Amino acid sequence: MPRWPSTWRELPPGGVIDKPGTSMWVETGTWRSHRPVIHLDKCIKCLMCWVSCPDNSIVRLDNDYVDVEYRYCKGCGICANVCPTKAIDMVEEGGM
Amino acid sequence: MAKTIRRLNEIPREEYFVSGHGLCAGCGIPPMVRIALKAVEGPKVVVNATGCLEVATTLYPHTAWTIPWIHNAFENAAATASGIEAAVKALVRKRGWKSYKVLVFGGDGGTFDIGLQSLSGALERGHRFIYVCYDNEAYMNTGIQRSGATPLGAATTTSPAGKVIPGKPENKKSLMDIVIAHRIPYAATINPAYPIDMWNKFAKASDYLDRGIGPIFFHYYSPCPVGWRMDSALSIEVARLAVQTRLWPLYEVDHGKLTINVKVPKPKPIEDYIRIQGRFRHLLKPENEHLLNNLKKFIEVNWERLQKLSELNYIF
Amino acid sequence: MSVTIRQVRTGLNGDEAVAYAVLHADVDVISAYPITPQTIIVERLSEFVHNGELDAEFIPVESEHSALSAALGASLAGARVFTATASQGLALMYEVLYITSSLRAPVVMAIGNRAFSAPINIHCSHDDAYAARDAGWIQFFAETVQEAYDLTIIAYRVSEDERVLLPSIVNLDGFILTHSVEPLHIFRDSKDVSEFLPQRRPVNPIDPDNPITYGPLALQNYYMEIKRQQAEAIYSSKKVINEVFEEYGEFSGRDYSPVKSLYTEDADTVFILLGSTAGTMRYMVKKWRREGRKVGVVSLTLYRPFPEEELIESVGDAENIIVMDRSFSYGSPGGQLYMDVAATFMKRGLNPHLVNVIYGLGGRDFTPEDAEKALEMASKTDVDIVWIGVRGDNYG
Repeated sequence: MPRWPSTWRELPPGGVIDKPGTSMWVETGTWRSHRPVIHLDKCIKCLMCWVSCPDNSIVRLDNDYVDVEYRYCKGCGICANVCPTKAIDMVEEGGM
Repeated sequence: MAKTIRRLNEIPREEYFVSGHGLCAGCGIPPMVRIALKAVEGPKVVVNATGCLEVATTLYPHTAWTIPWIHNAFENAAATASGIEAAVKALVRKRGWKSYKVLVFGGDGGTFDIGLQSLSGALERGHRFIYVCYDNEAYMNTGIQRSGATPLGAATTTSPAGKVIPGKPENKKSLMDIVIAHRIPYAATINPAYPIDMWNKFAKASDYLDRGIGPIFFHYYSPCPVGWRMDSALSIEVARLAVQTRLWPLYEVDHGKLTINVKVPKPKPIEDYIRIQGRFRHLLKPENEHLLNNLKKFIEVNWERLQKLSELNYIF
Repeated sequence: MSVTIRQVRTGLNGDEAVAYAVLHADVDVISAYPITPQTIIVERLSEFVHNGELDAEFIPVESEHSALSAALGASLAGARVFTATASQGLALMYEVLYITSSLRAPVVMAIGNRAFSAPINIHCSHDDAYAARDAGWIQFFAETVQEAYDLTIIAYRVSEDERVLLPSIVNLDGFILTHSVEPLHIFRDSKDVSEFLPQRRPVNPIDPDNPITYGPLALQNYYMEIKRQQAEAIYSSKKVINEVFEEYGEFSGRDYSPVKSLYTEDADTVFILLGSTAGTMRYMVKKWRREGRKVGVVSLTLYRPFPEEELIESVGDAENIIVMDRSFSYGSPGGQLYMDVAATFMKRGLNPHLVNVIYGLGGRDFTPEDAEKALEMASKTDVDIVWIGVRGDNYG
């Protein structure tokens, strides 16, 4: 773990984590068996996928269209399920 | 004034709860946490009871939080928050420190059961904080054991759907009624399928705290694909069905006035809700019809009761 | 600070003395639940707050578990915090004791030492203090009401020192000290005390501008390093404790040290004990000396971190050590203090004749006659644990 001290003398006192958001070092995208694929032609920018994602993996673009951050997406499929226009497909990883 | 919204694009982009946490795929907790931290304005800190959210978001040295976050133990989140809130009052008064808001997140085990005393004490003492119970209806963190929040008939690892006893024989405890009995200024139910309603309730809570009004309590419907034995994609769909079957009414009690926030004129059959969850599947067997009928009766009576209460000017 | 600061001579019971110390420490948050024999402390503190004498938040919690939980939250937020408990209340807050020290929160707590149930009993034993011995708190024992007052103020200075950052317990024997009025000197007000005990300057308090995650989950890869660090913290606090004792001596005119000894230099027999019974033992030791018997006594003002070196030094070459425990560790080789003392000697290859005297449980009087019996036992080699004053034992 190069980004965090190793020996007891160096650790911050009290077992605290004194830096914010260090979970970003853990790329949970490796959990995924299916990946969401967005068809922007069908997207109506309702943002229901964005607001419902447990892993902040639906990226809301400046124009309110959306993209997927695959480094963290666990492939739960919520985004595809909540999409009112069926603009998101869940595709098996490994396949195309 | 915290902004109330009518469309999801009015929600700011900035996140205070970030990726890389270890909550299960499809977990229902983060959508609430994300909205809560955005809708509650200004400097804020989170107190977290032991539970799924706590363990999965702070596996040392990885934290998913970008604001101060405090975990003490399982049953004492409300007491810990009481201390922080009191300290802020004293330090602002005595030393001119900056004030901040305190949010508490506890699961149903940490709130309905082991933390109920601590919550009751804090509500009675009137600390100005927001407490959110994320209710996934069992001890999910330890592996799906029944809690006081587990609904009638649900199968868990300590209330299995056995040949003699088919699931949990007892009804879910009505936490909202217990909380409301403390006559706190604001309490409401919230649900991830209704993010605008949820946002606006947190925004109202934020304003109340700014005006020194509290404590505030939210009861959050938190879908759990693993514990409910359900496809992870269905978390939001099941949450919507919970409201549309009238099982989980969205309502609030604001200074004694009860309002049903989402009307359900034509409820969907509870079977639609039950069918997609493995924990309930046995209820559809003919020999368990009585349990299903009990559940239907419960939904009917509870809805009618809330309807009646909503017609009163004040319930306390 | 070389001039001793002006003080007031007054009469208070131990609980009131602690309450005055907390007032004079200008605490920010008090979180407590009533329990005999500590209740007077929180009653007085409520009066101070409600009458505007102390500018603090008083949280009248619904249990001791919540008392310490709220105290911990307030301490992490940067406040100077106080709580108090006894016996069952300490047992109820047990879980949070460990969390408080592990999160390095400098909470100060008074314990009006009282026996554990069952049978329920409101009087003095050291069960509660001993129950907290492994929890990572600094522990002081008061012998007198004066010491209860002084040690409470000292505890804040030690706990909040950035080289320490550990919680402290101030023990005072239930009823014997908590409810007995004794003459003592107290400072005039918190302003006077602030010269010795300035406002708390917290290290890494809860701050939205400096977001810290307190109390995360740490597993096999880090838990042990975090615990190793904590072990070092309490061992190295002794240096600070000695410094603070010395500084307080100059400030108040009253000297403190980790151990207090009397007539130990040439003693062949030494008693070792905690708390108010030290007064009785000093009286007895003086009497025995007049009779020509070479007996000494050592009482521990500091119980955790255990003052090993000071104890060894003050006991000297005594052949017989009588360790007095006002509690018992059921099923263990002896009482809790006895085991500490035995380990301290064994570590250094020393092997005096050790006898463990169990006395005064549940508030039973420990009389000069009992002390005579205890001394008698030290000369016997076939006895290691003696329950003094118990009906049914032929040596009791």
